[in-house]
Amino acid sequence: MRVRLMDIAHARSGDKGDTANVGVIALKPAWYPVLNTHLTRDRVAAHFAGIIEGGVDRFELPNLNALNFLLHGALDGGGTLSLKTDAQGKVYSTALLRMELDVPDEEARVAGLPAAP
Amino acid sequence: MSKTVRVAGGQGFWGDWPDAPRRQVDGGPVDYLMLDYLAEVTMSILQKQKERDPAMGYARDFVGAMEGVLPAVAERGVKVIANAGGVNPEACAAAVQSMAKAAGRPDALRIGIVTGDNLLPRIDELLAAGHELRNMDTGEPLSVVRDRVIAANAYIGSTPIVEALAKGANVVITGRSTDTALTMAPLRHEFGWGATDWNKLAAGIIAGHIIECGAQCSGGNCLHDWRNIPNLADVGYPIVEGSADGTFVVTKHPGTGGRVSVPTVSEQLVYEMGDPHAYITPDVVADFTSIRLEDAGPDRVRVFGITGAPATDKLKVSIAYKSGYKAVGSLVYAWPDALEKAELADRVLRERLDRMGLKFEKVLSEFVGASATHGRLAGDAGRSAPEVQYRVGVRDADRKKVERFTREIVPLVLNGPPSVTGFAGGRPKVEEIVAYWPALVDKTVVQTQVEIR
Repeated sequence: MRVRLMDIAHARSGDKGDTANVGVIALKPAWYPVLNTHLTRDRVAAHFAGIIEGGVDRFELPNLNALNFLLHGALDGGGTLSLKTDAQGKVYSTALLRMELDVPDEEARVAGLPAAP
Repeated sequence: MSKTVRVAGGQGFWGDWPDAPRRQVDGGPVDYLMLDYLAEVTMSILQKQKERDPAMGYARDFVGAMEGVLPAVAERGVKVIANAGGVNPEACAAAVQSMAKAAGRPDALRIGIVTGDNLLPRIDELLAAGHELRNMDTGEPLSVVRDRVIAANAYIGSTPIVEALAKGANVVITGRSTDTALTMAPLRHEFGWGATDWNKLAAGIIAGHIIECGAQCSGGNCLHDWRNIPNLADVGYPIVEGSADGTFVVTKHPGTGGRVSVPTVSEQLVYEMGDPHAYITPDVVADFTSIRLEDAGPDRVRVFGITGAPATDKLKVSIAYKSGYKAVGSLVYAWPDALEKAELADRVLRERLDRMGLKFEKVLSEFVGASATHGRLAGDAGRSAPEVQYRVGVRDADRKKVERFTREIVPLVLNGPPSVTGFAGGRPKVEEIVAYWPALVDKTVVQTQVEIR
Protein backbone atom coordinates (compact mmCIF):
# COMPACT_ATOMS: atom_id res chain seq x y z
CA MET A 1 0.00 0.00 0.00
CA ARG A 2 1.17 3.51 -0.82
CA VAL A 3 1.39 5.66 2.33
CA ARG A 4 2.19 9.37 2.50
CA LEU A 5 4.72 10.13 5.22
CA MET A 6 2.83 13.35 6.00
CA ASP A 7 -0.23 11.26 6.94
CA ILE A 8 1.59 9.17 9.52
CA ALA A 9 4.24 11.50 10.96
CA HIS A 10 5.07 15.06 11.94
CA ALA A 11 8.52 16.61 11.88
CA ARG A 12 10.76 19.50 12.83
CA SER A 13 14.11 20.46 11.37
CA GLY A 14 17.00 22.71 12.33
CA ASP A 15 20.67 23.31 11.64
CA LYS A 16 24.14 22.74 12.99
CA GLY A 17 26.69 24.32 10.70
CA ASP A 18 26.23 22.94 7.18
CA THR A 19 24.15 20.02 8.46
CA ALA A 20 20.36 20.03 8.69
CA ASN A 21 18.63 17.68 11.10
CA VAL A 22 15.11 16.37 10.58
CA GLY A 23 13.32 14.73 13.48
CA VAL A 24 10.40 12.62 12.26
CA ILE A 25 7.79 11.65 14.86
CA ALA A 26 5.08 9.01 14.34
CA LEU A 27 1.57 10.43 14.76
CA LYS A 28 0.60 7.24 16.64
CA PRO A 29 2.88 4.95 18.67
CA ALA A 30 1.67 1.99 16.58
CA TRP A 31 3.08 3.68 13.47
CA TYR A 32 6.63 4.05 14.80
CA PRO A 33 7.60 0.46 13.82
CA VAL A 34 6.43 1.24 10.28
CA LEU A 35 8.67 4.31 10.18
CA ASN A 36 11.53 2.37 11.68
CA THR A 37 11.24 -0.39 9.06
CA HIS A 38 10.66 1.68 5.95
CA LEU A 39 12.23 5.07 6.58
CA THR A 40 15.77 3.86 6.10
CA ARG A 41 18.94 5.87 5.72
CA ASP A 42 19.22 4.84 2.04
CA ARG A 43 15.61 5.82 1.36
CA VAL A 44 16.19 9.30 2.84
CA ALA A 45 19.53 9.69 1.02
CA ALA A 46 17.80 8.85 -2.30
CA HIS A 47 14.98 11.31 -1.51
CA PHE A 48 17.48 14.16 -1.07
CA ALA A 49 19.90 13.11 -3.83
CA GLY A 50 20.97 16.20 -5.77
CA ILE A 51 19.55 18.45 -3.06
CA ILE A 52 22.15 17.84 -0.36
CA GLU A 53 25.87 17.46 -1.03
CA GLY A 54 26.88 15.09 1.79
CA GLY A 55 25.69 11.86 3.35
CA VAL A 56 22.87 11.01 5.75
CA ASP A 57 23.04 9.72 9.33
CA ARG A 58 20.08 8.07 11.03
CA PHE A 59 19.30 7.65 14.73
CA GLU A 60 16.41 5.88 16.44
CA LEU A 61 14.46 7.30 19.39
CA PRO A 62 11.83 4.66 20.17
CA ASN A 63 11.10 6.49 23.44
CA LEU A 64 9.75 9.44 21.45
CA ASN A 65 8.43 7.32 18.53
CA ALA A 66 10.90 9.30 16.47
CA LEU A 67 13.80 9.01 14.06
CA ASN A 68 16.46 11.68 13.67
CA PHE A 69 18.21 12.26 10.36
CA LEU A 70 21.32 14.35 9.81
CA LEU A 71 21.57 15.70 6.27
CA HIS A 72 25.16 16.78 5.66
CA GLY A 73 26.10 19.48 3.17
CA ALA A 74 22.48 20.63 3.12
CA LEU A 75 22.79 24.36 3.71
CA ASP A 76 25.28 25.85 1.21
CA GLY A 77 27.86 26.19 3.96
CA GLY A 78 25.31 26.98 6.65
CA GLY A 79 24.69 29.96 8.91
CA THR A 80 25.95 33.27 7.58
CA LEU A 81 27.79 31.77 4.58
CA SER A 82 24.65 30.37 3.01
CA LEU A 83 22.89 32.07 0.10
CA LYS A 84 19.81 29.88 0.48
CA THR A 85 16.36 31.08 1.53
CA ASP A 86 16.31 28.19 3.99
CA ALA A 87 19.82 28.79 5.33
CA GLN A 88 18.87 27.31 8.72
CA GLY A 89 17.21 24.18 7.34
CA LYS A 90 13.88 25.06 8.91
CA VAL A 91 11.74 23.47 6.19
CA TYR A 92 13.68 20.32 5.38
CA SER A 93 11.08 18.85 7.75
CA THR A 94 8.22 19.12 5.29
CA ALA A 95 10.53 18.32 2.36
CA LEU A 96 11.07 14.92 3.96
CA LEU A 97 7.35 14.52 4.65
CA ARG A 98 6.71 14.70 0.89
CA MET A 99 7.99 11.13 0.72
CA GLU A 100 5.66 8.20 0.06
CA LEU A 101 6.36 4.75 1.46
CA ASP A 102 5.46 1.36 -0.02
CA VAL A 103 4.21 -0.69 2.91
CA PRO A 104 3.14 -4.33 2.45
CA ASP A 105 -0.68 -4.52 2.57
CA GLU A 106 -0.84 -6.80 5.59
CA GLU A 107 1.57 -4.66 7.61
CA ALA A 108 -0.38 -1.53 6.66
CA ARG A 109 -3.70 -3.14 7.62
CA VAL A 110 -2.46 -4.33 11.03
CA ALA A 111 -0.99 -0.89 11.82
CA GLY A 112 -4.15 0.86 10.56
CA LEU A 113 -2.24 3.09 8.15
CA PRO A 114 -4.16 5.60 6.02
CA ALA A 115 -3.72 4.96 2.29
CA ALA A 116 -2.46 7.76 0.06
CA PRO A 117 -5.38 9.36 -1.81
CA MET B 1 4.45 18.30 49.69
CA SER B 2 7.82 18.14 48.01
CA LYS B 3 9.37 21.30 46.70
CA THR B 4 8.76 22.44 43.15
CA VAL B 5 10.93 25.04 41.42
CA ARG B 6 9.38 26.93 38.52
CA VAL B 7 11.71 28.13 35.77
CA ALA B 8 10.03 30.20 33.05
CA GLY B 9 11.49 30.63 29.56
CA GLY B 10 11.01 34.19 28.41
CA GLN B 11 13.21 34.64 25.35
CA GLY B 12 14.34 32.11 22.76
CA PHE B 13 16.80 34.29 20.87
CA TRP B 14 17.80 37.93 20.57
CA GLY B 15 14.83 39.39 18.73
CA ASP B 16 12.15 37.20 20.34
CA TRP B 17 8.82 38.63 21.53
CA PRO B 18 9.47 41.73 23.70
CA ASP B 19 6.35 41.11 25.82
CA ALA B 20 7.23 37.54 26.74
CA PRO B 21 9.45 38.16 29.83
CA ARG B 22 6.91 40.37 31.54
CA ARG B 23 4.06 38.03 30.67
CA GLN B 24 5.98 35.15 32.22
CA VAL B 25 6.38 36.87 35.60
CA ASP B 26 2.90 38.44 35.66
CA GLY B 27 0.90 35.44 34.43
CA GLY B 28 1.30 33.28 37.54
CA PRO B 29 3.86 32.04 40.07
CA VAL B 30 7.43 31.55 38.81
CA ASP B 31 10.68 31.35 40.76
CA TYR B 32 13.16 31.98 37.95
CA LEU B 33 12.98 33.71 34.61
CA MET B 34 15.42 32.34 32.04
CA LEU B 35 16.30 34.48 29.01
CA ASP B 36 18.40 33.11 26.15
CA TYR B 37 19.81 35.75 23.80
CA LEU B 38 22.74 34.12 22.06
CA ALA B 39 22.84 32.28 18.76
CA GLU B 40 26.02 31.07 17.07
CA VAL B 41 26.70 34.30 15.22
CA THR B 42 25.46 36.71 17.88
CA MET B 43 28.81 36.94 19.67
CA SER B 44 30.54 38.28 16.56
CA ILE B 45 27.88 40.98 16.09
CA LEU B 46 28.32 41.98 19.72
CA GLN B 47 32.11 41.98 19.36
CA LYS B 48 31.85 44.41 16.45
CA GLN B 49 29.58 46.68 18.50
CA LYS B 50 32.04 46.64 21.40
CA GLU B 51 34.90 47.61 19.08
CA ARG B 52 32.93 50.67 17.99
CA ASP B 53 31.85 51.54 21.56
CA PRO B 54 33.49 49.94 24.62
CA ALA B 55 30.23 50.36 26.58
CA MET B 56 28.39 48.07 24.12
CA GLY B 57 28.70 44.39 23.24
CA TYR B 58 25.71 42.95 25.11
CA ALA B 59 22.07 42.24 24.20
CA ARG B 60 20.48 45.62 24.78
CA ASP B 61 16.94 44.19 24.63
CA PHE B 62 17.71 42.70 28.04
CA VAL B 63 17.62 46.13 29.71
CA GLY B 64 14.05 46.64 28.46
CA ALA B 65 13.12 43.14 29.55
CA MET B 66 14.53 43.82 33.04
CA GLU B 67 12.54 47.03 33.26
CA GLY B 68 9.36 45.07 32.58
CA VAL B 69 10.08 42.46 35.25
CA LEU B 70 11.67 44.77 37.83
CA PRO B 71 8.59 44.90 40.11
CA ALA B 72 8.40 41.09 40.17
CA VAL B 73 12.11 40.83 40.99
CA ALA B 74 11.97 43.56 43.65
CA GLU B 75 8.69 42.61 45.34
CA ARG B 76 8.08 38.92 44.70
CA GLY B 77 11.61 37.58 44.67
CA VAL B 78 11.65 36.32 41.09
CA LYS B 79 15.24 35.73 39.98
CA VAL B 80 16.50 36.29 36.45
CA ILE B 81 19.20 34.34 34.61
CA ALA B 82 20.30 35.51 31.17
CA ASN B 83 23.23 35.11 28.79
CA ALA B 84 22.58 38.70 27.70
CA GLY B 85 26.11 39.76 28.68
CA GLY B 86 27.49 38.79 25.29
CA VAL B 87 31.12 39.97 25.11
CA ASN B 88 30.60 42.63 27.79
CA PRO B 89 28.69 41.32 30.84
CA GLU B 90 30.05 44.15 33.05
CA ALA B 91 28.59 46.84 30.78
CA CYS B 92 25.33 44.91 30.62
CA ALA B 93 25.15 44.83 34.43
CA ALA B 94 25.92 48.54 34.62
CA ALA B 95 23.13 49.35 32.15
CA VAL B 96 20.66 47.25 34.15
CA GLN B 97 21.70 48.95 37.41
CA SER B 98 21.22 52.40 35.81
CA MET B 99 17.78 51.36 34.65
CA ALA B 100 16.84 50.21 38.18
CA LYS B 101 18.12 53.47 39.64
CA ALA B 102 16.15 55.53 37.13
CA ALA B 103 13.06 53.44 37.97
CA GLY B 104 13.44 54.42 41.64
CA ARG B 105 14.67 51.03 42.84
CA PRO B 106 18.43 51.50 43.21
CA ASP B 107 18.76 48.70 45.78
CA ALA B 108 16.50 46.11 44.21
CA LEU B 109 19.12 44.20 42.27
CA ARG B 110 22.05 42.06 43.32
CA ILE B 111 23.64 41.21 40.02
CA GLY B 112 25.94 38.25 39.59
CA ILE B 113 28.31 38.70 36.66
CA VAL B 114 29.86 35.60 35.12
CA THR B 115 32.98 36.11 33.00
CA GLY B 116 35.90 34.06 31.74
CA ASP B 117 34.33 32.68 28.56
CA ASN B 118 35.95 35.28 26.31
CA LEU B 119 39.07 33.70 24.75
CA LEU B 120 39.71 36.36 22.09
CA PRO B 121 42.53 38.09 24.02
CA ARG B 122 44.13 34.68 24.67
CA ILE B 123 44.07 33.09 21.22
CA ASP B 124 47.74 33.51 20.41
CA GLU B 125 48.69 32.31 23.88
CA LEU B 126 46.50 29.21 23.38
CA LEU B 127 47.87 28.48 19.89
CA ALA B 128 51.43 28.92 21.17
CA ALA B 129 50.71 26.46 23.97
CA GLY B 130 49.69 23.83 21.41
CA HIS B 131 45.90 24.20 21.47
CA GLU B 132 45.18 24.01 17.76
CA LEU B 133 41.48 24.86 18.01
CA ARG B 134 40.77 22.68 14.97
CA ASN B 135 37.45 23.17 13.22
CA MET B 136 35.16 20.39 14.48
CA ASP B 137 33.57 20.05 11.03
CA THR B 138 36.55 20.31 8.69
CA GLY B 139 39.50 19.38 10.92
CA GLU B 140 41.52 22.44 9.85
CA PRO B 141 43.66 24.16 12.51
CA LEU B 142 42.64 27.69 13.48
CA SER B 143 45.98 29.05 12.26
CA VAL B 144 44.49 28.93 8.72
CA VAL B 145 42.12 31.80 9.56
CA ARG B 146 43.83 33.28 12.63
CA ASP B 147 44.25 36.78 11.16
CA ARG B 148 40.53 36.98 10.40
CA VAL B 149 39.20 35.92 13.82
CA ILE B 150 36.98 38.52 15.47
CA ALA B 151 35.42 36.65 18.40
CA ALA B 152 36.17 33.50 20.39
CA ASN B 153 34.12 32.32 23.34
CA ALA B 154 34.04 29.08 25.28
CA TYR B 155 30.62 27.66 26.01
CA ILE B 156 30.50 27.55 29.80
CA GLY B 157 28.22 25.47 31.98
CA SER B 158 26.10 25.78 35.10
CA THR B 159 28.78 25.97 37.80
CA PRO B 160 29.46 29.74 37.82
CA ILE B 161 25.72 30.49 37.65
CA VAL B 162 25.11 28.23 40.65
CA GLU B 163 27.95 30.05 42.43
CA ALA B 164 26.34 33.43 41.70
CA LEU B 165 22.98 32.23 43.03
CA ALA B 166 24.65 30.82 46.15
CA LYS B 167 26.21 34.24 46.75
CA GLY B 168 22.74 35.78 46.77
CA ALA B 169 22.42 37.19 43.26
CA ASN B 170 18.85 37.81 42.11
CA VAL B 171 19.99 38.56 38.56
CA VAL B 172 22.72 36.52 36.89
CA ILE B 173 24.26 37.84 33.68
CA THR B 174 26.61 35.62 31.70
CA GLY B 175 28.48 35.76 28.44
CA ARG B 176 28.59 32.61 26.30
CA SER B 177 26.82 30.25 28.70
CA THR B 178 25.17 27.30 27.05
CA ASP B 179 21.48 27.94 26.55
CA THR B 180 20.62 24.85 28.56
CA ALA B 181 22.73 25.81 31.62
CA LEU B 182 20.50 28.83 32.18
CA THR B 183 17.67 26.46 33.14
CA MET B 184 19.69 23.69 34.73
CA ALA B 185 21.66 26.00 37.06
CA PRO B 186 18.70 27.21 39.16
CA LEU B 187 17.42 23.63 39.52
CA ARG B 188 20.88 22.46 40.56
CA HIS B 189 21.15 25.37 43.01
CA GLU B 190 17.72 24.85 44.58
CA PHE B 191 17.98 21.07 44.89
CA GLY B 192 21.66 20.91 45.77
CA TRP B 193 22.54 18.54 42.92
CA GLY B 194 26.22 17.64 42.91
CA ALA B 195 28.61 18.05 40.02
CA THR B 196 28.47 14.27 39.41
CA ASP B 197 24.71 13.71 39.80
CA TRP B 198 24.74 12.86 36.10
CA ASN B 199 21.12 11.79 35.71
CA LYS B 200 19.75 14.88 37.47
CA LEU B 201 22.09 17.22 35.65
CA ALA B 202 21.04 15.62 32.36
CA ALA B 203 17.39 16.12 33.31
CA GLY B 204 18.08 19.79 33.99
CA ILE B 205 19.83 20.13 30.63
CA ILE B 206 16.91 18.53 28.80
CA ALA B 207 14.48 20.81 30.66
CA GLY B 208 16.63 23.63 29.33
CA HIS B 209 16.63 22.27 25.79
CA ILE B 210 12.82 22.12 25.87
CA ILE B 211 12.31 25.75 26.95
CA GLU B 212 15.39 27.45 25.44
CA CYS B 213 13.55 28.28 22.20
CA GLY B 214 10.66 29.99 23.95
CA ALA B 215 7.23 29.19 22.52
CA GLN B 216 8.65 26.64 20.11
CA CYS B 217 7.68 23.95 22.67
CA SER B 218 4.30 25.46 23.56
CA GLY B 219 2.59 25.64 20.20
CA GLY B 220 4.80 27.99 18.19
CA ASN B 221 6.21 26.66 14.91
CA CYS B 222 4.40 23.40 15.66
CA LEU B 223 3.50 21.31 12.63
CA HIS B 224 1.40 18.80 14.55
CA ASP B 225 -2.28 19.81 14.32
CA TRP B 226 -1.21 23.40 13.63
CA ARG B 227 -4.63 24.60 12.49
CA ASN B 228 -6.18 23.79 15.86
CA ILE B 229 -3.54 25.21 18.19
CA PRO B 230 -5.58 27.80 20.12
CA ASN B 231 -4.98 31.50 20.30
CA LEU B 232 -1.40 31.86 19.06
CA ALA B 233 -1.80 35.64 19.31
CA ASP B 234 -1.70 35.19 23.08
CA VAL B 235 0.74 32.27 23.12
CA GLY B 236 2.00 31.20 26.53
CA TYR B 237 5.75 30.75 26.87
CA PRO B 238 6.92 27.58 28.61
CA ILE B 239 7.50 26.89 32.29
CA VAL B 240 9.43 23.97 33.80
CA GLU B 241 8.21 22.76 37.19
CA GLY B 242 11.25 20.92 38.47
CA SER B 243 11.47 18.38 41.31
CA ALA B 244 14.46 17.31 43.37
CA ASP B 245 14.55 13.84 41.79
CA GLY B 246 15.15 15.31 38.32
CA THR B 247 11.65 14.77 36.99
CA PHE B 248 9.77 17.81 35.78
CA VAL B 249 6.57 19.04 34.19
CA VAL B 250 6.47 21.37 31.18
CA THR B 251 3.50 23.73 31.25
CA LYS B 252 2.46 27.36 30.67
CA HIS B 253 0.35 29.91 32.50
CA PRO B 254 -3.42 29.31 32.64
CA GLY B 255 -5.48 31.28 30.15
CA THR B 256 -2.65 31.79 27.66
CA GLY B 257 -2.77 30.56 24.08
CA GLY B 258 -0.75 27.85 22.41
CA ARG B 259 -0.50 24.27 23.63
CA VAL B 260 1.79 22.09 25.70
CA SER B 261 1.33 18.45 24.72
CA VAL B 262 3.43 15.36 24.05
CA PRO B 263 3.58 16.25 20.32
CA THR B 264 4.55 19.92 20.89
CA VAL B 265 7.29 18.93 23.34
CA SER B 266 8.47 16.08 21.09
CA GLU B 267 8.93 18.46 18.16
CA GLN B 268 11.12 20.71 20.29
CA LEU B 269 13.13 17.77 21.63
CA VAL B 270 14.20 16.74 18.12
CA TYR B 271 14.99 20.33 17.08
CA GLU B 272 18.68 20.81 16.23
CA MET B 273 19.39 17.30 17.48
CA GLY B 274 22.61 15.49 16.59
CA ASP B 275 23.41 12.05 18.00
CA PRO B 276 20.60 11.61 20.55
CA HIS B 277 22.68 9.26 22.69
CA ALA B 278 25.26 11.94 23.37
CA TYR B 279 24.04 15.51 23.78
CA ILE B 280 27.33 16.95 25.00
CA THR B 281 27.35 19.92 27.38
CA PRO B 282 30.03 21.29 29.72
CA ASP B 283 28.14 19.76 32.69
CA VAL B 284 27.05 16.32 31.49
CA VAL B 285 26.43 14.18 28.41
CA ALA B 286 22.66 13.77 28.23
CA ASP B 287 20.95 10.79 26.60
CA PHE B 288 17.86 11.84 24.65
CA THR B 289 16.92 8.20 24.09
CA SER B 290 16.15 7.94 27.81
CA ILE B 291 13.50 10.68 27.88
CA ARG B 292 9.98 9.62 28.77
CA LEU B 293 7.01 11.93 28.12
CA GLU B 294 3.57 11.56 29.64
CA ASP B 295 0.40 13.58 29.28
CA ALA B 296 -0.27 15.03 32.77
CA GLY B 297 -3.45 17.01 32.11
CA PRO B 298 -4.32 20.01 29.96
CA ASP B 299 -1.15 21.81 28.82
CA ARG B 300 0.97 19.68 31.13
CA VAL B 301 3.61 17.13 30.07
CA ARG B 302 5.55 15.12 32.64
CA VAL B 303 9.16 14.32 31.72
CA PHE B 304 11.02 11.53 33.51
CA GLY B 305 13.47 8.65 33.14
CA ILE B 306 16.37 10.81 31.95
CA THR B 307 19.91 9.53 32.24
CA GLY B 308 23.26 11.19 31.71
CA ALA B 309 26.91 10.24 31.46
CA PRO B 310 30.00 12.00 32.85
CA ALA B 311 31.00 15.24 31.18
CA THR B 312 33.98 15.27 28.84
CA ASP B 313 37.23 17.12 29.61
CA LYS B 314 36.65 19.61 26.77
CA LEU B 315 34.65 22.76 26.22
CA LYS B 316 33.26 23.80 22.89
CA VAL B 317 34.54 27.13 21.61
CA SER B 318 32.53 29.36 19.32
CA ILE B 319 34.90 31.28 17.04
CA ALA B 320 33.80 33.90 14.52
CA TYR B 321 35.98 34.91 11.58
CA LYS B 322 35.63 37.09 8.51
CA SER B 323 35.00 35.01 5.43
CA GLY B 324 34.40 37.17 2.38
CA TYR B 325 31.30 38.90 1.07
CA LYS B 326 27.85 38.11 -0.23
CA ALA B 327 24.86 39.82 -1.76
CA VAL B 328 21.38 38.55 -2.55
CA GLY B 329 18.83 40.34 -4.73
CA SER B 330 15.40 39.53 -6.08
CA LEU B 331 12.74 40.42 -8.63
CA VAL B 332 9.13 39.25 -8.93
CA TYR B 333 7.67 37.89 -12.19
CA ALA B 334 3.90 37.70 -12.69
CA TRP B 335 1.47 35.44 -14.56
CA PRO B 336 1.35 34.26 -17.25
CA ASP B 337 4.38 31.92 -17.35
CA ALA B 338 5.92 33.57 -14.30
CA LEU B 339 8.43 30.80 -13.68
CA GLU B 340 9.54 30.66 -17.32
CA LYS B 341 10.18 34.41 -17.31
CA ALA B 342 12.14 34.18 -14.06
CA GLU B 343 14.25 31.35 -15.51
CA LEU B 344 14.99 33.43 -18.60
CA ALA B 345 16.00 36.36 -16.38
CA ASP B 346 18.43 34.01 -14.61
CA ARG B 347 20.01 32.91 -17.90
CA VAL B 348 20.36 36.52 -19.06
CA LEU B 349 21.96 37.61 -15.80
CA ARG B 350 24.42 34.72 -15.78
CA GLU B 351 25.39 35.35 -19.39
CA ARG B 352 26.12 39.00 -18.57
CA LEU B 353 28.25 37.99 -15.58
CA ASP B 354 30.14 35.52 -17.80
CA ARG B 355 30.79 38.14 -20.49
CA MET B 356 32.28 40.44 -17.88
CA GLY B 357 34.52 37.58 -16.85
CA LEU B 358 33.08 37.65 -13.33
CA LYS B 359 33.56 34.31 -11.59
CA PHE B 360 32.34 33.83 -8.04
CA GLU B 361 32.95 31.20 -5.37
CA LYS B 362 29.22 30.60 -5.55
CA VAL B 363 26.22 31.83 -7.52
CA LEU B 364 22.86 30.54 -6.27
CA SER B 365 19.57 31.07 -8.08
CA GLU B 366 16.24 30.29 -6.45
CA PHE B 367 12.65 30.55 -7.66
CA VAL B 368 10.49 31.40 -4.68
CA GLY B 369 6.97 30.13 -5.22
CA ALA B 370 8.20 27.22 -7.32
CA SER B 371 11.19 25.41 -5.86
CA ALA B 372 13.26 27.59 -3.49
CA THR B 373 12.75 25.52 -0.35
CA HIS B 374 12.06 21.98 -1.61
CA GLY B 375 13.93 21.91 -4.91
CA ARG B 376 12.88 19.21 -7.38
CA LEU B 377 10.72 17.60 -4.66
CA ALA B 378 8.23 20.42 -5.24
CA GLY B 379 7.38 18.99 -8.66
CA ASP B 380 5.74 21.03 -11.43
CA ALA B 381 3.26 23.05 -9.39
CA GLY B 382 5.45 26.16 -9.85
CA ARG B 383 4.82 26.09 -13.64
CA SER B 384 1.35 27.52 -13.01
CA ALA B 385 2.25 29.80 -10.10
CA PRO B 386 0.55 33.24 -10.26
CA GLU B 387 3.89 34.86 -9.48
CA VAL B 388 7.45 33.75 -8.84
CA GLN B 389 10.24 35.58 -7.03
CA TYR B 390 13.61 35.24 -8.76
CA ARG B 391 16.19 35.34 -5.99
CA VAL B 392 19.87 35.31 -6.85
CA GLY B 393 22.92 35.59 -4.65
CA VAL B 394 26.71 35.47 -4.97
CA ARG B 395 29.51 34.86 -2.51
CA ASP B 396 33.19 35.72 -2.98
CA ALA B 397 36.34 36.84 -1.19
CA ASP B 398 36.56 39.91 -3.48
CA ARG B 399 34.23 42.68 -2.37
CA LYS B 400 34.52 44.52 -5.71
CA LYS B 401 33.16 41.57 -7.66
CA VAL B 402 30.21 41.20 -5.33
CA GLU B 403 29.60 44.95 -5.59
CA ARG B 404 29.59 44.70 -9.41
CA PHE B 405 27.05 41.88 -9.26
CA THR B 406 24.61 44.03 -7.27
CA ARG B 407 24.39 46.44 -10.23
CA GLU B 408 23.21 43.75 -12.63
CA ILE B 409 19.82 42.92 -11.10
CA VAL B 410 17.64 46.02 -11.33
CA PRO B 411 18.50 46.70 -15.02
CA LEU B 412 16.63 43.49 -15.83
CA VAL B 413 13.41 45.37 -15.08
CA LEU B 414 13.81 47.29 -18.35
CA ASN B 415 16.14 45.11 -20.38
CA GLY B 416 15.02 41.55 -19.45
CA PRO B 417 11.86 39.45 -19.62
CA PRO B 418 8.43 41.13 -19.08
CA SER B 419 5.85 41.25 -16.26
CA VAL B 420 8.46 42.09 -13.67
CA THR B 421 8.09 44.09 -10.46
CA GLY B 422 9.19 44.04 -6.84
CA PHE B 423 12.42 45.99 -7.32
CA ALA B 424 11.61 48.87 -4.96
CA GLY B 425 14.54 48.00 -2.70
CA GLY B 426 16.96 48.86 -5.52
CA ARG B 427 20.43 47.35 -5.50
CA PRO B 428 21.04 44.73 -2.85
CA LYS B 429 23.57 45.50 -0.11
CA VAL B 430 26.96 43.84 0.02
CA GLU B 431 27.34 42.03 3.34
CA GLU B 432 30.56 40.98 4.97
CA ILE B 433 30.31 37.35 6.01
CA VAL B 434 31.24 36.46 9.55
CA ALA B 435 31.48 32.68 9.61
CA TYR B 436 31.38 30.25 12.49
CA TRP B 437 34.30 28.05 13.51
CA PRO B 438 33.39 25.45 16.16
CA ALA B 439 36.34 24.03 18.08
CA LEU B 440 37.18 22.22 21.31
CA VAL B 441 39.54 23.29 24.07
CA ASP B 442 40.70 21.61 27.29
CA LYS B 443 38.46 22.52 30.20
CA THR B 444 41.48 23.40 32.32
CA VAL B 445 42.21 26.35 30.03
CA VAL B 446 39.03 28.23 30.94
CA GLN B 447 38.56 29.73 34.40
CA THR B 448 35.29 31.48 35.05
CA GLN B 449 34.86 34.33 37.52
CA VAL B 450 31.80 35.42 39.45
CA GLU B 451 31.39 38.93 40.74
CA ILE B 452 28.40 40.22 42.69
CA ARG B 453 27.51 43.83 42.17
